[in-house]
Amino acid sequence: MAKQREIGKAGWGHTAVAGIVGFIYFFPVFWIILTAFKTRTDALEIPPKLFFTPTLDNFRAVFFRSSITSDETAATNFILYFFNSIFIAGTAVLLAMLIGTLAAYAFSRHPLKGNDTYLFIILTTRMMPPIVVIIPIFLMFRLTGLAGSYWGILLLYTAFNIPFSIWLVKSFFDELNPEIEDAARMDGSTDWRVFFGICLPQIYAGLAATFVFGMILTWNEFLFALLLTGVETRTVPVAMARTLGGSVGVDYGLLAAIVTLFLIPICIVTFLLQNQLLRGVTFGTVKK
Amino acid sequence: MTDVAAVHGHAKSGFWARLTAPENRGPLLVAPAIITLFVMNIFPLLWSFGLSFFNYRANRQNVPEFVGLKNFERVLTDEKIWDRFQTTAIIVGSSVTLQLIIGFSLAMLFAKHFPMRRIIMMLVLTPMMLSFVSVGVFFKLYYEPTFGLLSWVVNLFSSEPFALLSSSTGALIGIIFADAWMWSPFVMLLVLAGLVSVPKYLYEAAEIDRVSSWRRFVTITLPYIKSLLLLAILFRTIETFKIFDIIYIITEGGPGSSTESIAVNIYRMAFQNFRTSRSGALAYIILFIVIVLTNLYLYSVNRRAHEETL
Repeated sequence: MAKQREIGKAGWGHTAVAGIVGFIYFFPVFWIILTAFKTRTDALEIPPKLFFTPTLDNFRAVFFRSSITSDETAATNFILYFFNSIFIAGTAVLLAMLIGTLAAYAFSRHPLKGNDTYLFIILTTRMMPPIVVIIPIFLMFRLTGLAGSYWGILLLYTAFNIPFSIWLVKSFFDELNPEIEDAARMDGSTDWRVFFGICLPQIYAGLAATFVFGMILTWNEFLFALLLTGVETRTVPVAMARTLGGSVGVDYGLLAAIVTLFLIPICIVTFLLQNQLLRGVTFGTVKK
Repeated sequence: MTDVAAVHGHAKSGFWARLTAPENRGPLLVAPAIITLFVMNIFPLLWSFGLSFFNYRANRQNVPEFVGLKNFERVLTDEKIWDRFQTTAIIVGSSVTLQLIIGFSLAMLFAKHFPMRRIIMMLVLTPMMLSFVSVGVFFKLYYEPTFGLLSWVVNLFSSEPFALLSSSTGALIGIIFADAWMWSPFVMLLVLAGLVSVPKYLYEAAEIDRVSSWRRFVTITLPYIKSLLLLAILFRTIETFKIFDIIYIITEGGPGSSTESIAVNIYRMAFQNFRTSRSGALAYIILFIVIVLTNLYLYSVNRRAHEETL
């Protein structure tokens, strides 16, 4: 089906051109990664140093803080923060996919009265500026004791991911051929089996796209994480921002090391599911 | 309604049978999503709507007083606010235009299969995966007059000291550049999605007819990606309209208030001056604009869907 819509082929010449352009575009990130391997003086050296003796001190400093009074080093909480980021983003995105897929199936196969109105309101909640709801949510979390707990931030991020999960997954359900499902029902399959045995396997690509896109958006969320996570549940973006303060100015090497480490998981996820991303960007509102 | 259980054949638990009856399946499946969204989005939204009619301040203990539409009136007649709207419009206009140009060019580059395409495309996609904090801090460093990478490059060509962020135009350019760099890959993905959807036989036919590449672009490619481009514009406009983090880190709205976007303004109003209610009123005006833009977005999407079925 998709084969007749193949795109053109090009050789290594094109690879060279694209490689150069890609590298120029990537350069600001490349420089951050280089900075992560530099000493404090090398990092701010002018003219900028492209060649230097790399050091792993910054990466060590992410996880261990050296003490002034003794040779012993104390562990920082960054392992916990990395765990929090992965756990919170991963769980919230998966939860949103679960809730979103059920709703998407209903919107697609069992339309409600005012189906389009529901869908519009759902999309609006995704488009609204977070600043509109931040104060009520903050007050709500304080009143219910959700502030600083895993439950609170998980619930919030799940809600944050539901709208586009619904839109994206629905577009995939819409594209399936309902006749196959009807035929299966005629043959005596239960609705349960139609959903799990016939519909879901056909939309794996859509689920993958939803996952990648949700991860990218949730991974870096800052404003809500800043206000609603506590010491135990802090995510990396918040911890990153907290390294900025202090009397000695920004420790660029340390920050670069955190940024570099923090890029690795999301890059792996994106790389593995890259082909699905094309579907994700339009929130499923546009069909191929 | 009552004989739903009978139709199903098991009369044991009426409630459960009714709940899972076929005609209730839609509402039942939608319920978890609607409940979550209501608790975490709609309810806070209504709450802040209510707050915007009072003179509530988050740092004071006294009972808030009902002031009616006064907050809205205050916000809409404040000249400073219009100034912030203008700044936001300039940032949105320039950044979205840049994102379109860069994103489009990148998409043309990646619209072919070539060796190592996936890896090279990863390089271009990475900016989108960075957090705002890191983009903000490092772009601020690149723009820095003495230690900055960009300043160093500029000083190779001119002896004049280069301090981009010290002038209001320069600071705007710095912000727009960082934002456009971060989000052009997004536009690239959108345009790529459109390019992939152009049927190959059209190009083959054009090749047989020896159509020039410019004409091929105008008559074949453009019609297919036109509506996707419109989507890209609307979607990026809505997102850029809310621009906050990058500005807050790079310039904090300065010098003066020359780069203070409307979202930065709301943040200041709410968390520095504690005019909670007034900031809520302003936030609602923004929400209204976003809803209008979302409507436009959906309209263009539906039109595209309609075009495709023709």
